[in-house]
Amino acid sequence: MIRFLLKGLLRDPNRSRLPILVVTAGVTLSVFAYCYINGVLGDMVEFSANYSSGHVKIMTRAYAENKHQVPNDLALLDVSRLRQRLKTDYPEMVFEERINFGGLLDAPDAHGETKKQGVVLGIAADLIHSDSKELDRLNLRNSLRQGRFPETPDEVLLSDEFAHKLGVEPGDRVTLISSTMYGSMSIVNFVVSGTIDFGVQMMDRSGMIADISGIQAALDMDDACGELLGFLPTTHYNDAAALEVETSFNQNYSDGDDVFSPVMIRLRNDSLMAGYFDFMDGVVGIIVSIFILAMSVVLWNTGLIGGLRRYGEVGLRLAMGEGKGHIYRSMIGEAVLIGLTGSALGTLIGLGFSYWLQEVGIDISSVMKDTKMMIPTVFRAHITSTAYYLGFIPGLFSMVLGTLLSGIGIYKRQTASLFKELEN
Amino acid sequence: MIFKVLFGLFLPALLSAQPTGRELLQKIDANMAAKSTITQSKMIIHGVRQTRTIEAQSWGEGNQKSFTEYLAPERERGTKMLKLDDQLWIYSPGSDRTIQISGHMLRQSMMGSDLSYEDMMDNTRLLEDYDAVVIGNETVDNRDCWIVEMHAKTDEVNYQLRKVWVDKTRYIPLKEELHAKSGQLLKRLELKDITQMGVRWFPRRMIFKDMLRKGDGTEFIIEKIEFDQPIPEYRFTKAALKK
Repeated sequence: MIRFLLKGLLRDPNRSRLPILVVTAGVTLSVFAYCYINGVLGDMVEFSANYSSGHVKIMTRAYAENKHQVPNDLALLDVSRLRQRLKTDYPEMVFEERINFGGLLDAPDAHGETKKQGVVLGIAADLIHSDSKELDRLNLRNSLRQGRFPETPDEVLLSDEFAHKLGVEPGDRVTLISSTMYGSMSIVNFVVSGTIDFGVQMMDRSGMIADISGIQAALDMDDACGELLGFLPTTHYNDAAALEVETSFNQNYSDGDDVFSPVMIRLRNDSLMAGYFDFMDGVVGIIVSIFILAMSVVLWNTGLIGGLRRYGEVGLRLAMGEGKGHIYRSMIGEAVLIGLTGSALGTLIGLGFSYWLQEVGIDISSVMKDTKMMIPTVFRAHITSTAYYLGFIPGLFSMVLGTLLSGIGIYKRQTASLFKELEN
Repeated sequence: MIFKVLFGLFLPALLSAQPTGRELLQKIDANMAAKSTITQSKMIIHGVRQTRTIEAQSWGEGNQKSFTEYLAPERERGTKMLKLDDQLWIYSPGSDRTIQISGHMLRQSMMGSDLSYEDMMDNTRLLEDYDAVVIGNETVDNRDCWIVEMHAKTDEVNYQLRKVWVDKTRYIPLKEELHAKSGQLLKRLELKDITQMGVRWFPRRMIFKDMLRKGDGTEFIIEKIEFDQPIPEYRFTKAALKK
């Protein structure tokens, strides 16, 4: 039966070409739109991961409980040994040390007296090692306004606005007044190597980026860091993979009775990101549903038109004595074949476009160069397992549904009036 | 005979006759406040992860002037603090900078201890800043004490409400609770090793506990103290910070 229907479709392209083309186009658009929306929203997640959360984040249990206060006195100690162990247990992952810190930044005048002073919020990351990718992760290359990136531990980047407020320029000296991880006062000089635009109001008002080794020395955090961010080898955050790492790490490394033992929290469990993930799921669901609904209406219409277009053929088949049920079933069978073929082709083409956009991306940095927004400058699609079957929903079901509805007309036709109709 | 009986009956009552709050504050000030002090001290900070000891030498004149030089550990060595009125300067030898600290920073923990910079600089006469009332009796460290509640006269005082357990015979606080205006308990202070120094009684060891911080408190041990000694005027200048 299937072979018979297939031969009919192949030998009579007029019956199948247009519906297959329409289904293919609709499914291509559905798959591509899903992957693109997923990718753009995923890029936002990735940006947050790069900036502060990692795909997974390791802290001490005590630090995790009070992480909003950035309690460096509860920081991870003996980090190099921990990293060595992580390298063995999770060789495919990259782990980066980060320290968030606060305090006062003091700009001296020519006599060394305080010229201006302001509250500072800082992030310390590995900026000076040639193999470090932190400059890209923190999106600093696109944010530099003056000067250059730090090359020594005692060089820092300030937000352009903050530097202006303190009256300092690249090359000037500033003094960080903060607390060491043991609570002592820390007064350390740094040189401003450059200024950046964060695009985030709070950071633009008082932001500072420093090399981790400089801040470790300043805050008496030798071989210590507040947070250890872990990144999976995937381009986009993979919650299932992150969950697997989180579970195994917490089983093997964490001790529930020791508040200073390390604990891993994956991005989805990060309190700041949990809401965004729910929002993202909701938005993707709504946008994709609307798109698929619209495509379904179009494809349903195609099925409907197909059924009506073959009004004469159906009449002839009825006149030749073919049963109404048999005609109805064969038309549905054809619709299934057309839907499957169109959906498969559309999924393939949609995935092809999506793969290209996932690998190459759309670079919007030239458009964004004057924009004071610290957002991703390359947007990419993201192919997930859902993309492999999503297109079949509008492609197959709508086509079949259209045929089902249009085919009902077969049962309403009277054999007695068939020849009269055929004469026309 | 009757006089003797009456005398015998009322003597204990006369001895423990309740003084007024004002009288108690006067007597506490006579013990604790001085025109000037030169102190060598050790601060043992029992943090959540480790215990650290910081050694310092301080010079103070009334409530207006104080100068502290940190002697140990190595990281803090040479750090100096100068307080003149309500201004505080800190000199860090590592950065060779003198930084003025003001505003809310003065309420921050000093060197990671349970004392704030304001606590460290505080040498006010209680009588000047507080109204006091005796609210009861209690025994602390086997010593009979008056419980005194002190309310600040102005908003500028660090702690708006203080509850003090004052030794009935030596007129020195043995325990203190320091509250915010809202009534929240901010710090608890225990005064130990009460020693007679000339005409005054003075605690050689004080245990501060910041109730809003984790950790087991900070012991402030006075190794050597001199009262009312002349201090050269240059000590309280910014030039002395870099010396």
